[in-house]
Amino acid sequence: MSTEIKHYTVSIYTENNIGLLNRISAIFQRRHVNVESLNTSPSEIDGVSRFTIVVNITESQMKKIRGQIEKQVEVIKAYYHTEEEIIYQQSCIFKMRSNLLFDERQIQNIIKESNARIVTVNREFFVIEKSGRKEEIDLLHRELSVFGIMQFTRSGRIAVTKDEMKISTMLKALHY
Amino acid sequence: MKETQTIQKQAKASETTERISGSEAVIKCLLAEGIDTLYGYPGGAIMPVYDELYKYQDKIHHVLTRHEQGATHSAQGYARISGKVGVCMATSGPGATNLITGIADAQIDSTPMVCITGQVGSHLLGSDAFQETDIVGISTPVTKWNCQVTEASQIPEAFAKAFYIAKSGRPGPVLIDITKDAQFEEFDFKYEKCKGIRSYKPVPDTDENSLKAAAKLINSAKKPLIVWGQGVILGKAEEEFKAIIEKAGIPSAWTILGASAIPTSHPLNVGMVGMHGNYAPNVLTNECDVLIAIGMRFDDRVTGNLATYAKQAKIVHFEIDPAEVDKNVKSDVAVLGDAKASLKQLLPLLNKNSHTDWHQEFKDLYKIEFEKVIKHDLHPTKDGITMAEVLKEINIATEGEAAIVSDVGQHQMIACRYAEFNKTKSNITSGGLGTMGFALPAAIGAKMAAPEREVVMIAGDGGYQMTIQELGTIFQQKVPVKIVVLNNEFLGMVRQWQQLFFDKRYASTEMVNPDFVAIAKGYHIEAQKVTERKDLKAAIKEMIDCEGPYFLEVRVEKEDNVFPMIPTGASVSDIRLE
Repeated sequence: MSTEIKHYTVSIYTENNIGLLNRISAIFQRRHVNVESLNTSPSEIDGVSRFTIVVNITESQMKKIRGQIEKQVEVIKAYYHTEEEIIYQQSCIFKMRSNLLFDERQIQNIIKESNARIVTVNREFFVIEKSGRKEEIDLLHRELSVFGIMQFTRSGRIAVTKDEMKISTMLKALHY
Repeated sequence: MKETQTIQKQAKASETTERISGSEAVIKCLLAEGIDTLYGYPGGAIMPVYDELYKYQDKIHHVLTRHEQGATHSAQGYARISGKVGVCMATSGPGATNLITGIADAQIDSTPMVCITGQVGSHLLGSDAFQETDIVGISTPVTKWNCQVTEASQIPEAFAKAFYIAKSGRPGPVLIDITKDAQFEEFDFKYEKCKGIRSYKPVPDTDENSLKAAAKLINSAKKPLIVWGQGVILGKAEEEFKAIIEKAGIPSAWTILGASAIPTSHPLNVGMVGMHGNYAPNVLTNECDVLIAIGMRFDDRVTGNLATYAKQAKIVHFEIDPAEVDKNVKSDVAVLGDAKASLKQLLPLLNKNSHTDWHQEFKDLYKIEFEKVIKHDLHPTKDGITMAEVLKEINIATEGEAAIVSDVGQHQMIACRYAEFNKTKSNITSGGLGTMGFALPAAIGAKMAAPEREVVMIAGDGGYQMTIQELGTIFQQKVPVKIVVLNNEFLGMVRQWQQLFFDKRYASTEMVNPDFVAIAKGYHIEAQKVTERKDLKAAIKEMIDCEGPYFLEVRVEKEDNVFPMIPTGASVSDIRLE
């Protein structure tokens, strides 16, 4: 099996349970695998939650970890995908000083060119939101940082797969 | 109007339910699951449940152990000998954390166990209240499932799920943490056993093609070797397993937890694999052409160096837990599913065979092991008593009918190597976790679950003292277990490693021991000590003939080593005989 280290995006369909995040994160921690990004949200199925986790490991490690995740009682199904197999996005928010909008004209261009948008403006600060791939967000961060960023935060990755995940069919087959 | 509705609703509820407290519900859940014995230790946050136990003492027997760890191991011993779920209970804080070693042991050895812990009142959660500890957080990595109950109404479902999860599929320990207010709270109780959980598939589907592929490989093999594990016992597949090996004539070796699934004397039983296993199955692991693993997980103590483990062989892996497939050893064919069902389906697909020449190779290597090791262990010419001699005498006195509960260390390896087992579920030991102190409390649970069986506990002088206080439980409950301590005044296995790999620097392995006989007698347990070979046979006979519990200390040779041995990191075929 490939020993090449790659980015894998893990999609985990679960019951909504208080302790499950702890259980899942312990699986990574115990094997000394750093979680690059983690997001939890509802899924396309009513009452089913979805974890999206990004890790940088070998496929052999990934397969074993997927097995350990799926073994958890409240995990319905876990999948992993390479970058090529998914459409993925992250979003980020910048808080900047409002005077920059008037003093630094190129800021407006940067916002336009990067497909970011201004969420709110007031006397002291304005807020820019941008969704996209990590590289696009990194680029915007670099471009804006020369003007001084008051606050910055980036969300975890969210992703959908190009191919179908047969989770709904699977749940139907189980008569739930 | 609203009031009338409420009254009607309550009236309707009372037809199928009864209004009781959360703590009474706990007892009723246990009774509904067929539990008549549990092990535990009371304390502040679990007192309401103990108060109910007092009322139900004619229906459910609570065994007060002398430490919560003892309660877990007793529950484990109970489960291991009976195949039923073991139950233990403790209070919050230190009571709960004292369960952790036993829970971790049950998790790695796949033992069905339900642990109940009391918790501080829900309004105090997170406030660092007296005896508050995050036991759900602490136990998460070592439980198959756990939950915290903060309302009485959650109790029936939590228990139904807990029992279902603990015993289904690959069994394991679960923990339910119940806040004190939930124990006091009254609610309308109704119990329904759990029949399934959407997100949990205990037994994976067996692919018929994988069975056919497995049969094809096995039928074409010239030198097949089976290594079976506890999966055969947990899956109640002993008969199906025996039918398979007898039809296909395959030499079969066991992991430590697989021991006793078929009798020791069975002609196809070629002994134990692993670090202190038998010579033939270890060496021939690296010569077989098809290795058939059944209900085992290729633990590092079994495989030695993975890079040189059975590389020449095609691997067929029968396994209930998909996460075990290809975890340590890559299989050529994996048959997922329950051992009993899979083996039953495999039987008609197999050709009858005898593999006579291949068997001869095992016999030849056995002769070498006998000359180099076994002969000296069983029939020593030196003065000091060997551990193996004690096992030999126990085999004779019990005619191989006893369940042997061993602790961890040299005596454990000797017990597994030399005990004769006629019946399944007879080798109760801490395999995966290697928990010293396991044996004494586990023997209590085993004897209580199977009072008709002779239960002989064997421990070293080190491990025995880790849970020695459970002599109090044996005395109070009058549990007729037979306690054998093989005393070499050393932590023998560590000393052996120090001798072989650390130039005999015996750091902290020498034990200055108390008068064990006096301690046993202090608990009013009949006891004696043997220091000479000539007294051994009679002492063991006296112990077995004794109706009550009995303590026997045997002074064994101080610096004996356990061989064969695969040094850490070595290949199974580089197993050392001396």
